[in-house]
Amino acid sequence: MLNYTIRRLLFAIPTLLAISFIIFIVLDLSPGDPTGNLPLTIPPEVREQIRLSLGLGEPFPIRYLKWCQQFFINEPLNMIEQWTGWTIGSGERLRVLSWSTRSPVVDLVVERMPQTLWVVGMSQIVAVIIAVPIGVISAYKQYSIFDQIGTFISMIGFSVPTFFTGLILIVIFSVQLGWLPSVYDTTHRVTDWNSFWVQVRQMAMPTMVLALATTAQISRFMRASMLDNLNQDYVRTARAKGLRERSVVMIHVLRNSMIPVVTVIALGIPGVFGGAIITEQIFKVNGLGQLLILGIQGADIPLVQTLTFIFAVLIVMFNLIADVLYGILDPRIRYD
Amino acid sequence: MTLAKMLTGAAVLSLTAGAAFAERASDGQLNILYWQAPSILNPYLSGGTKELEAASLVIEPLARYDETGTMVPYLVDEIPTLENGGISEDLTTITWKLSDGVVWSDGTPLTAEDVVFTWEYCTNPDGGCAQASNFTDVTNVEAVDASTVKITFGVAKPFPYGPFVGGQSPILQKAQFAECLGAKAVECTEQNFAPIGTGPFTVTEFKANDVALFAANENYRDPAKPAFATVLFKGGGDAAAAARSVLETGEFDYAWNLQVEPEVLSQMQAAGKGEIISAFGTSVERIMVNQTNPDSALGDERGTVKHPHPFLTDRRVSRALSLAIDREILVEAGYGAAGQVTCNVLPAPAVYASTNNDWCKTQDIAAANALLDEAGWEVGSDGVRTKDGMRLSLLYQTSTNSVRQGTQALIKQMWSEIGVETELRNIDGSVFFGGDQSSPDTFQKFFADVEMYTNNFDGTDPETYMANWACNEIPSPENQWLGDNMPRHCNPEYDALVAEFGKTSGIEARAAIAIKMNDMLMEAGVIIPLIHRGNPSAKSNTLGGVKMSDWDSELWNIADWYRID
Repeated sequence: MLNYTIRRLLFAIPTLLAISFIIFIVLDLSPGDPTGNLPLTIPPEVREQIRLSLGLGEPFPIRYLKWCQQFFINEPLNMIEQWTGWTIGSGERLRVLSWSTRSPVVDLVVERMPQTLWVVGMSQIVAVIIAVPIGVISAYKQYSIFDQIGTFISMIGFSVPTFFTGLILIVIFSVQLGWLPSVYDTTHRVTDWNSFWVQVRQMAMPTMVLALATTAQISRFMRASMLDNLNQDYVRTARAKGLRERSVVMIHVLRNSMIPVVTVIALGIPGVFGGAIITEQIFKVNGLGQLLILGIQGADIPLVQTLTFIFAVLIVMFNLIADVLYGILDPRIRYD
Repeated sequence: MTLAKMLTGAAVLSLTAGAAFAERASDGQLNILYWQAPSILNPYLSGGTKELEAASLVIEPLARYDETGTMVPYLVDEIPTLENGGISEDLTTITWKLSDGVVWSDGTPLTAEDVVFTWEYCTNPDGGCAQASNFTDVTNVEAVDASTVKITFGVAKPFPYGPFVGGQSPILQKAQFAECLGAKAVECTEQNFAPIGTGPFTVTEFKANDVALFAANENYRDPAKPAFATVLFKGGGDAAAAARSVLETGEFDYAWNLQVEPEVLSQMQAAGKGEIISAFGTSVERIMVNQTNPDSALGDERGTVKHPHPFLTDRRVSRALSLAIDREILVEAGYGAAGQVTCNVLPAPAVYASTNNDWCKTQDIAAANALLDEAGWEVGSDGVRTKDGMRLSLLYQTSTNSVRQGTQALIKQMWSEIGVETELRNIDGSVFFGGDQSSPDTFQKFFADVEMYTNNFDGTDPETYMANWACNEIPSPENQWLGDNMPRHCNPEYDALVAEFGKTSGIEARAAIAIKMNDMLMEAGVIIPLIHRGNPSAKSNTLGGVKMSDWDSELWNIADWYRID
């Protein structure tokens, strides 16, 4: 297992390098100009100066190598320096700078991590907590009223887009009732119970909107997988040997049914870091999703390049984690 | 009531009224929502309106423009003019005298050196300064003494208020930015995110593209201001949501740039928590009429002056196109309180606005048809006019934006009534306005018959703006398609007026020339002005003192804002 993991990690290196190169090419070839969104009153000569000051005057391979150096060497060194307080070399090195904010991209990412993890991460947790029991009960009592209602709700979750549910919630809870804020305050600090309650209130709507969509997906997977397993021979055997129904379902069937669900959940986690572009916009959470979309709109290539690459790393990582988890859930699965 | 009693009464009234908001930081927090969040607080490195306006809470120019476009002294006691000797007789120098006792928020005094440094900062060739055009023709800025700054121009400047006036060129603190000159400018993240200023607020926290927190400046020159202790400057979401948070939920006090369908706004306003306010500056949504042939068969020479447009150079055609448009409908459908019908490409300030083109204000289909008949265009069997085997068919491009696409559809319909066929096209804004040389879809290349967008000019003086339509401003492959003369209008008489404008001093004389230039463009039919656009913002009913100015930052007088209880 360890061998397998190491092999996979080594394979990941060329894969990720290739990905970073492809992202760079695509971004370079795509139309768009970092000065395109500036007011028209700024004359073209000034725009040209701005472009040169961003380093756009240099040829493509040089810019790619520069980005590689900044991202793979300078940024990690910088991180080590920050954690340990050492100074490596002169301590003066160019980091990946965003064009629109002229600040290091990694700092921007770190700044946005809390709200994204709070809101999107919490929605995943809530979704799993709700979806797994629903899926289990729906499958165990197939075609019962509970199953029908569960199916109905997941269909809503699947088919109604988040920009719609988000707006409906705002109109009901912010405009009509005035219970919950429609704008997420990222400067809010949790210091005591009171401020914790404020945090819960401002997270409630975006979390629920996202959780609805995810719950729908996971609970359907859970239900289908449980149904597959419930009719297997080993379940009959377990019952025949007199095990309690509770342990048959909760230990034997559930564990075997988790394999496809774990894949869905694990591959959903990189999505958590990617943020939720639409929901973040609606509730003004301003997390990683909003950062990415602003970068794309403003043709902020270093920002988009770095963010998409970080997502690529996460996707590769969580694919590996999912594969390793299979082995733990099902001892028959071994890769060596 | 005796006069004495009345006077005492008035005095008492004015005292109490003053006392209601005469204490610094007594009104709690002000919540402002800019749905496009500021990405940096140094306007010299961004040029975007959102950054400029967020920064205007902190850093200030020598003088600002109020809501009528009049200059108000900020860091000086009076505006230099020819009469008071601040401007030299030959119009090449202007001398500003800083007020006594102005200090930065860190307590150090503001000196002429800071002003000189700001000029050096922005004109450094490696800095990529976005506001460099404010310093055009400036050859030297020197500190005569600690509080006197003399700006010298290389040419005679009849309107020398470009540098250090208005939100675009505020003063930076030399002590803070001294290490950030030239190529170093972009690496000074700390300085760019929290500049030290002389303004009513100081930065306490800044998260790029998300939120900024400001606190009242302890060292602000007016001890009674600002009334608010803190400002939360939030970004994110979209225009409609921003309007909702002021007008319906009341979570925010002020929201900016609400380009939302007018009926949506009026519905929200009905909730009674706030109102929509608009400031009209110089923005005009206009259709540019291409004078050159955009036919792709011409290869590298398409869209250049070598090939005149087959029919749009006939001013009768473009006048007919203009007459066929019902601008009232466009305003109603797309702009509401944020738009007014206009027939001028230079609609403001009032002194520069022409009244000679008002024929375009009312739609006249009959007259438009008559003009086209006279020009020899005959209606064919499919309702489209033809002449010498050529169809009167236009490719009409603009940037992607729901209001623009709505306007396009309406105009297409109006033009079909006079037998003009229109093909519509929209291009993403960052491509259309981005000067990418390799893209054929930029507004400079203009590979279409007509194109629509908005332009304006900063400040109140139209000299540079009107010079946009001189022959040497025509974009072409020779100048890498740079230049602002999109319709490719070229008229020696117009160029002569441009030259004359650059030599004339005095507002009335300048206005006369500007009006003449505007009328010349309208007569030539190279620009079809549609709508004078205002900037709609929403303000809460509990917020007082807002005087929206389109000539400067919208928040220019935020020091005077207060809470109405």
